[in-house]
Amino acid sequence: MRTLAPLGRRRVLVSRGDDVGAYRVLQVADPQGPPLPAAGQFYMLATVARWGGGDDERPYLPRAFSFLSARRGKLSFMFEDVGPGTRRLAELDAGEELWLTGPLGAGFRTPHDGRRALLAGGGVGVPPLAALATVLSSHGTRPTAVLGFRDEHHAAGAVLLEDADATVATDDGSVGHHGLVTELLAAELARDAHAVVYSCGPPGMLEAVRALCAEHDVPAQLALEAGMACGFGACYGCVVPLREGGYVRVCVDGPVIDAARLDGVPAH
Amino acid sequence: MIEFCGLQLQHPIVNGSGTFDAIAARRAFGDALLADFPFSAFVSKTITLQPRAGNPPPRLWEAQAGMINSIGLPNRGLEGYLEYDLPQLAQLPVPLITNVMGSSEDEVARLVEAIDERDEVAAIELNVSCPNVRTGLDIGADPRSLAALVRAVRPLARKPLIVKLTPNTADVAAVAAAAEGEGADAVSLINTLRATALAPSAKRPWLGGGTGGLSGAAIRNVALSQVAAVAGRISLPIIGMGGIASGTHAVDLISVGAALVAVGTENFRDPCAGSRIASELKSLQIRH
Ligand SMILES: Cc1cc2nc3c(=O)[nH]c(=O)nc-3n(C[C@H](O)[C@H](O)[C@H](O)COP(=O)(O)OP(=O)(O)OC[C@H]3O[C@@H](n4cnc5c(N)ncnc54)[C@H](O)[C@@H]3O)c2cc1C
Ligand SMILES: Cc1cc2nc3c(=O)[nH]c(=O)nc-3n(C[C@H](O)[C@H](O)[C@H](O)COP(=O)(O)O)c2cc1C
Ligand code: FES
Repeated sequence: MRTLAPLGRRRVLVSRGDDVGAYRVLQVADPQGPPLPAAGQFYMLATVARWGGGDDERPYLPRAFSFLSARRGKLSFMFEDVGPGTRRLAELDAGEELWLTGPLGAGFRTPHDGRRALLAGGGVGVPPLAALATVLSSHGTRPTAVLGFRDEHHAAGAVLLEDADATVATDDGSVGHHGLVTELLAAELARDAHAVVYSCGPPGMLEAVRALCAEHDVPAQLALEAGMACGFGACYGCVVPLREGGYVRVCVDGPVIDAARLDGVPAH
Repeated sequence: MIEFCGLQLQHPIVNGSGTFDAIAARRAFGDALLADFPFSAFVSKTITLQPRAGNPPPRLWEAQAGMINSIGLPNRGLEGYLEYDLPQLAQLPVPLITNVMGSSEDEVARLVEAIDERDEVAAIELNVSCPNVRTGLDIGADPRSLAALVRAVRPLARKPLIVKLTPNTADVAAVAAAAEGEGADAVSLINTLRATALAPSAKRPWLGGGTGGLSGAAIRNVALSQVAAVAGRISLPIIGMGGIASGTHAVDLISVGAALVAVGTENFRDPCAGSRIASELKSLQIRH
């Protein structure tokens, strides 16, 4: 699923910024963008002011973010401060400006042949799953989701997955199941394996989901991450190796890739 | 309209090879890309005789106001380019410049001959930042080996032949003079500067390819100096590039001797950087 992006980057206004647990959620007004980006697509973001060298002389390139929701010309994004780019974005508040390009890439394909959708993810992997849950719910089936987080502070991000019935696991057991999200996923698959798994999360989690689905012979669509410079196929920097040999660019051939095309999810 | 090696161009801004994929950009932006194409000519990424998968990831490192890439020249190879890429690139509203690279005179000759036959292509750019298979040295680093290469392939091309110089050499003007002496029609520079990045935790190379090339704002003043050095030595037209991100930067390169200016890394930050810089340049030129 791919919605075309308007040509070039556009200057947009942040309309609000909220802290949700460990995460920052930004809402931006995007009146010129398409109203219906496909769930799993992403945007390239950079601030208009002070992007091009902070204390550590980065960020320089724009950063990729999946959209969390797209409603009435408003887009929202969710992220955690993990480096200079996300730190700069996390400082933003209502009234500040962003450069935005997108929607980019190919999103999820909704289930066919009567399989139920099972959403599995965690951390900053929530946004594409939340966007997908909104689509599935609007088609009349509220999906089941299993989400993994580090601790209670991070697990607060689960509320952003509004349109799914979510069960949570934490690494430290401070809330929900004490353990891995793949344990919750395995239980769901044991209950009913006639499913398609949709997944986004850190590489280790995605790899565990991929391996579990392969073992159960359940199709899975993985929303991958990769270091990106451009987001629209220009630099060839964002590749992942394919099972059949060679590489594909995550930004144009993904970010959503069928698990069956991969031998494994690369660590970075 | 400006004239460059017989090509009629709308404005002086083109793209640097390998920094804009018009086929992929059309998938992302649709046909709006054709209606408002950012460049006055399109330079395709380097093609080689055989297909190449490129280097293992990671391929990118963000540096201080710049980036290091070790992409490894992935491409479909000559046959794949002619069959798959060329028909799509022929739909672009601007002249097409095809960039080729080989590791021996024979390889380059076969590429040049095959590309020269195609009416869709307006000019050929020779990427000489490639180790010679026999000597292991970059062909474009040494005036004598570059002269030998241009001498061998020049007679095979009726189309304009542009030599893309490498900055990783002791005397870039001497290499440019060698290209001029053997009949090149133009030179382009600078390509990326050899650079290394270490992984933050483990102190080993970050890039899958080991080393890479530095580009972007960080190299702008290197480009200014090398373009000026080459312009002072030869009289061929020059395509200048390296860190160009605004009309002012383009004016600077033109003032030291560039005829055209290419935009590379800035395309990643702004997909329409080409048209933006062209219009900024135009208003600066009107004012002066
Ligand atoms: C399609 C897609 C969708 C995404 N969606 C989201 C989302 O919705 N929410 C979210 O929070 N994140 C998302 N991400 C991830 C997000 O883009 C990155 O976390 C962000 O780019 C980090 O930038 P930074 O400057 O904060 O951190 P960086 O410093 O860039 O660190 C991030 C990682 O990059 C590597 N790295 C470190 N230094 C460098 C360097 N100098 N050059 C290159 N790499 C380096 C390391 O592996 C590090 O762990 C998405 C990524 C992709 C590809
Ligand atoms: C990701 C990337 C890929 C590139 N690929 C090629 C290539 O295939 N052939 C080539 O001749 N130059 C290649 N270059 C070099 C650019 O064309 C240009 O010479 C260089 O990046 C300097 O310009 P800039 O600072 O504006 O990017 C590449 C540069 C980058 C950043
Ligand atoms: S990020 Fe540049 S090609 Fe994918």
